[in-house]
Amino acid sequence: MIRTYALLAWTWTRAAAQYPVSFALMTAGGVVVGGLDIAAIWVIFANTGTLAGFGLTEVMFLYGASQLAFALADLLFGNLDRISRHIVSGTLDVMLIRPAAPFVQVASDRFTPHRIGRSIQAGAVLAVGLSRLDVPLGRVWMVPVMVVSGVVIFAALFTLGGALQFLLTAAPEVANAFTYGGATLTQYPLSVYDPRIVRGLTFGLPLAFVNWQPGLYVLGRPDPLGLPSWTGLLSPAAALALAAVAALAWRAGIRRYRSTGS
Amino acid sequence: MIEADGAGRTFRVRGRVVHAVRDLSFRVAAGEFVACLGPNGAGKSTTIKMLTGILTPTSGRVRVAGLDPSRRRTALARRIGVVFGQRTTLWWDLPLRDSLELVRLLYKVDRKVFRERLDEMCDLLDLGGFLATPVRQLSLGQRMRGDIAAALLHDPVVLVLDEPTIGLDVVSKAEVRDFLRRRCAEHGTTVLLTTHDLGDVERLCRRVLLIDHGRLAFDGTVDELRATAPGRASIEDVVAELYLRSRTTPRTPPLPLPAPDGPSATA
Repeated sequence: MIRTYALLAWTWTRAAAQYPVSFALMTAGGVVVGGLDIAAIWVIFANTGTLAGFGLTEVMFLYGASQLAFALADLLFGNLDRISRHIVSGTLDVMLIRPAAPFVQVASDRFTPHRIGRSIQAGAVLAVGLSRLDVPLGRVWMVPVMVVSGVVIFAALFTLGGALQFLLTAAPEVANAFTYGGATLTQYPLSVYDPRIVRGLTFGLPLAFVNWQPGLYVLGRPDPLGLPSWTGLLSPAAALALAAVAALAWRAGIRRYRSTGS
Repeated sequence: MIEADGAGRTFRVRGRVVHAVRDLSFRVAAGEFVACLGPNGAGKSTTIKMLTGILTPTSGRVRVAGLDPSRRRTALARRIGVVFGQRTTLWWDLPLRDSLELVRLLYKVDRKVFRERLDEMCDLLDLGGFLATPVRQLSLGQRMRGDIAAALLHDPVVLVLDEPTIGLDVVSKAEVRDFLRRRCAEHGTTVLLTTHDLGDVERLCRRVLLIDHGRLAFDGTVDELRATAPGRASIEDVVAELYLRSRTTPRTPPLPLPAPDGPSATA
């Protein structure tokens, strides 16, 4: 599966390399958009010392972790949201007759390496934030775990969005509300939102496990909702649970696929 | 090699159940070259898609090359080759050579074997002149030859051709037909072909399956097909009459549910 993904991604990278100007512009565009997010954080802290009780370096850490996870998931699985186009144009039929999982083929289709720019930027913010925080060695191991869990959570959301498009071919935007919306939601400490929303993101759609709960553990801060500090350690479990749901939904989608007329 | 036992597929369209194919039973032995005919919307494409694993049947059972297509799709893909006349299976932006190389890697064909097969294909399909051209810049005839080469590189035991000569000029058609006939006879490939071009049937196939209103309306040799409408000069007229007959004869009203396993009509 990984071999097939790498093979197809490399093929699309070579195809993209035929249009170097487009590649450069897309990369620059991604960096500018990411830069605007960072500028927004800067503006907030120019006016106030803390955001919902969190200082600049802590917010940088939370922002960097969630955006790095999202950027990597978007790089690797973001193209799953194009599946409605594959259904309508009939290219999904072609994928289904090849000896490779359609999931891998759709995810790697039109793989665009310029999204790496966004990951590097988010990684830099995370690194700067971490370097200015005094995280004890006994808790810093949780940082890579939370980023990987975050990647899995966002990848599962992309997959769920793709599976939904087997039902709603005409509405890929519905799925984007959860993926891109989730990325925006987790940019800030979740304590800026209403506790009911935070509860929904903890016990329902587990976006709180991308960076909030594990972030609280790394920062050694108590949970405003009163959950025990080990809740943050559940990120991998939450990620795997959501991934299992997404895998089932994807399989159901493929099985009820209707193809087009011709 | 290909088996359908009471296979059916329904679609739900605005709350109503529509039977695209119902109670389809037939068998194709290894090495047979079979045409699948039928008017537009008769269920040919649905049948092909059930046999290739694209669609899951809603009733009955199909088996191709010993496998259940929708459950063992990836394993099946290694044993069958599929050509869609209406769309390419190649990568639009890649040169044909790179597309074929990617096919080689996906199907895990040994490099040396690949070289030999590609050389043979270049020879017979005259691919040499446009191997370096991106697929999107190929003419329809060139693209179709490229698609056929791609479908045969892993030496499939079953080849499914969905309208392989659509839109081709007479010369290209003749070349494609000659190649298919020779290559599939040499390798003993089982071929199922859908087409609206009866020249394909006359030059390639011995047996004809006629699908109409989602059911098998005729299963026999081309000569037997001719005999159903004596006095008609060309096979074109014979098929036209069959299509018209099925349109005028009153149809049985659609059943609310797919019929349980019917008698299996085998060849």
